Amino acid sequence: MVNLIIWTIAVVTVLGLLLALVLYLVAQKFKVEEDPRIDEVEKAMPGANCGGCGFAGCRAFAEAAVKAPNLDNNYCPVGGNDTMAKVAAILGYEIQEKAPMVAVVRCNGTCEARPRVNEYDGYASCYVKSLLYTGDTGCSFGCLGCGDCVAACQFGALSMDPATGMPVVDQEKCTACGACVKACPKRIIELRPKGPRGMRMYVSCINKDKGPVAKKACANACIGCGICAKTCTHDAIVVEGNVAYIDASKCKLCRECEAMCPTGAIHGVNFPKPLDKDAVKERIKIRNQKAKEAANE
Amino acid sequence: MSKHTFSMGGVHPHDSKISRECAIEQLPLAPTVYLSVAQHIGAPSVPCVAVGDKVKVGQVIAEPGGFVGAFIHSSVSGTVKSVGPRADLAGRMSTHIEIAVEGDEWLEGIDTSDTLVTAIPDDPKAIIDKVRLGGVVGLGGATFPTHVKLSPPPGSKCERVIINGCECEPYLTSDFRTLLEKGEQVVVGAALLQKAMGGVPCTIAIEENKPEAIAHIKEVIAKLGYKDMEVMVMKMMYPQGGEKQLIDAVMHRQVGSGALPISVGAVVQNVATALAVYDAVQKNKPIVDNSVTVTGECFPKQANLLVRVGTPLRYIVDYLGGVPADAAKIISGGPMMGRAVANLDAATVKGTGALLFLTEKQTRRAPETNCIRCGKCADACPMGLEPFLLNKLSKAKDWDACEANAAQDCIECGCCLYSCPAHIPLLDNIRVGKGFVLSAIRARAAAAKAAAEAAKK
Amino acid sequence: MLDVVIALIPAVICSVVFYGWQELLVLGVSVASCVLLEWAITKYMLKQPSTVGDLSAVITGILLALNLPYTTPWWVVFIGAVVAIGIAKMTFGGLGQNIWNPALVGRVFLLVSFPTYMTSWSAPKGLFGVDAVSGATPLGAVQEGLMQGSTIQEIMTSGGYDYGHMLLANLGGSAGEVCALALLAGFVYLCVRKVIKPWITLSIFATVALTSLVFWLADPSRFTDPLFNLLTGGLVLGACFMATDYVTSPMSLWGGVVFGVGIGFLTMMIRYFGSYPEGVSFAILIMNSVVPLLNMWFKQKKFGRK
Repeated sequence: MVNLIIWTIAVVTVLGLLLALVLYLVAQKFKVEEDPRIDEVEKAMPGANCGGCGFAGCRAFAEAAVKAPNLDNNYCPVGGNDTMAKVAAILGYEIQEKAPMVAVVRCNGTCEARPRVNEYDGYASCYVKSLLYTGDTGCSFGCLGCGDCVAACQFGALSMDPATGMPVVDQEKCTACGACVKACPKRIIELRPKGPRGMRMYVSCINKDKGPVAKKACANACIGCGICAKTCTHDAIVVEGNVAYIDASKCKLCRECEAMCPTGAIHGVNFPKPLDKDAVKERIKIRNQKAKEAANE
Repeated sequence: MSKHTFSMGGVHPHDSKISRECAIEQLPLAPTVYLSVAQHIGAPSVPCVAVGDKVKVGQVIAEPGGFVGAFIHSSVSGTVKSVGPRADLAGRMSTHIEIAVEGDEWLEGIDTSDTLVTAIPDDPKAIIDKVRLGGVVGLGGATFPTHVKLSPPPGSKCERVIINGCECEPYLTSDFRTLLEKGEQVVVGAALLQKAMGGVPCTIAIEENKPEAIAHIKEVIAKLGYKDMEVMVMKMMYPQGGEKQLIDAVMHRQVGSGALPISVGAVVQNVATALAVYDAVQKNKPIVDNSVTVTGECFPKQANLLVRVGTPLRYIVDYLGGVPADAAKIISGGPMMGRAVANLDAATVKGTGALLFLTEKQTRRAPETNCIRCGKCADACPMGLEPFLLNKLSKAKDWDACEANAAQDCIECGCCLYSCPAHIPLLDNIRVGKGFVLSAIRARAAAAKAAAEAAKK
Repeated sequence: MLDVVIALIPAVICSVVFYGWQELLVLGVSVASCVLLEWAITKYMLKQPSTVGDLSAVITGILLALNLPYTTPWWVVFIGAVVAIGIAKMTFGGLGQNIWNPALVGRVFLLVSFPTYMTSWSAPKGLFGVDAVSGATPLGAVQEGLMQGSTIQEIMTSGGYDYGHMLLANLGGSAGEVCALALLAGFVYLCVRKVIKPWITLSIFATVALTSLVFWLADPSRFTDPLFNLLTGGLVLGACFMATDYVTSPMSLWGGVVFGVGIGFLTMMIRYFGSYPEGVSFAILIMNSVVPLLNMWFKQKKFGRK
């Protein structure tokens, strides 16, 4: 009996050692030489594998970053500048600072503002809906409200507001990975600079229809009247194809356009004080008068 | 003898042809018509009239925008009011020509009499040219310009013309009524198509649920005495009227993936198209009207109407008594492949074949449950695909795998959705995958073409 | 799913009539615990809408009960239900996701864990009868007899088995093995209603018949004959209701045929050469595991492609 036990132990031990040797030899033979920095970079990454950088995942990003001569084209939007600083330190590259971005929903076609003209009872996917027709409201550009963006977000930063039927971005959770931008068949969502203390201006509409058509479909639509562009003293607003667009790099956050917009399509968020429209309008009026007088003289 | 049908898949919905006894009736002219310049597959036509122009019925108002394109003729006489964007029935904007109707004056040279012209012109080219000038497009639903179909690319030869009288979609009866009431014209149209393709044999395929039409067409063929023309009685099976399925059923040949019917020697034309060919060639009458079935259990008055192209849908519905209270959805086309109408102010196009009113109960989708891998969708697929698999791949956004599993072959007939016991939106998801695969294939073809051109230089 | 429940009704009625109130208890415990477990797991663990309404848990419960002897204590039945629903079905993601037939997994688990309860077959005593006669199942008796050196002919005569009895009932075995005719009636119903396709079942029957015919002809004293094999050991139950489960069977015609042939062949190998007298459950579970491969290999031809 004791003999049997000893034999068993001996055989199992020898087998184990033999197999370990085989494994070791095979591992040596098929070893893939890899830059050890790839592992280091990968460790420094957020590890969400969201694909926001344009690569298939954090590992793929790390491989590309190690191969590239600098970090100009490789940026992890999720980790932001902190992560990139670590990556730059590992690879000995210059740090490429980028302004933090956030996803912005450029549609304000709430249930109230944008009446339904028909009822959609098909498969609840924006993409499928957009293949079938222009949507259940008069606006053929706006949010379809099926929540493809919410499903695409890995960070729980998007949610549907049942009251408005529109997605809402939680700017604390948003990592600007761009998954929602790709998921939206209407291309409503844009990554915009977060702005100082989160303050930013944007036009919450992309309706390219002519003013009356857009207005009829949605009370909050941009009608392309161009008042904002005329008002802006920083050349930050262009009106193209019946819709205004604010260039965030030029915008000085003066909020004059927001005050002047007749439909409320221009939104300013995270400002400490509410906008006093009348005061701003008065200010602009006086400025315009002075300019007129100066031109007359 | 077993009746003819295609070799795989297919479903058998109740045919619900409740408007089959309604004779085709002329719809009074609408006060205004809106003619879209994009009512066929291919390049949109280019308007050639200006606001304020007076036009007559049959006058060209838009010219083809390319080889795959079609003439568009005014369907009414009156004044051009505007040329501009207008929403179609899916809400998408396209250029429409608005014409205010004044009287009903036809262009000179159009034969509006009822006399049957049976003499077939000798020159196939002349026939095809008249078809082109008549703006004839496939009226079975795809609206592919007919003259393009009749001009096979060099190297391919047509061996048989098939006239598609299956009308396999439930509810639709306009082709059936056309066969019954204008059978002579359809047969002459078929003979013209035969001639245009070089005197090849012709098969008129009619499903067995239309015995009156089968008997009538057989009689007409015997009376008119055209050679090599036969009626083939088809088993009732959806989607028999699909081009690839019909060729399989009639000729036992399968059109390959991405290939055209001409690659197996077939040219398929719908019954209504044959009638349009007759009108265009023998009567000089371009497509200005087509027959539309207006039906549905909840709709009080079933009808088959002869409608001028560009008539607003609302006008048609109001003529028949308005939208019934319990109608939840209006479908343009049949219940299997038709699209829901999102905009009743949209105007009919050449390919509009039916307006179907369905109740809430008929259109409601049951809640989706888990796939139980029963394989019913794969059994039903007339293209031999595996919808359950494509559904999964499409949801996973694996477009390469979608292509490997032939998502691009999907004909969107809806058999999978119809047969799924778990009510999974198979077709919706497959359509997404198909779209991505097709655009990838197109991109590859374009890249290959560019590379070939670069190599030439 | 309702159709499957309807198809099982004749077999359920037969088993209750032949085995009495104890069988009713097994059925009740099995169905109730399957349904309750599925409801509880979807509600409290997965936090998803309940899938009880699709009746799949009811079917699992009935099939599990029909796979157990009527003498099984209620707590053993409950454990079987836990394994069937909790482990074999819900851990994989619920209906449509499981690899193995849940009822069979439950049954096999009980078979290897509680062999005493699972193999103490008793001859049926009838709904109102009192004469409980303990005895082995025909297959068990054959196995036992062969081990003791008897020939098949001797076993058959001493056991008093005849095929009429087997077809109609009155043999020792698990509840569902009792009345082959009732099971076949359910199978025909399912085929007529186009719920299942008959090819899997038919190819199992054909393979079992052919394999046993070959062996029987070679040595009738060692191997049982085809008809005996077709009618015993839950083959009819397995072939008609377990192997044809949508979720765990291949989808295409040829996949199904290969699946059926595999089950039939494995069953006969286990019966003839294995240490268990009964092989259908194991054969089905083994073939269940290759279903994904069969689905990949046996695809139907695509239209217009070679």
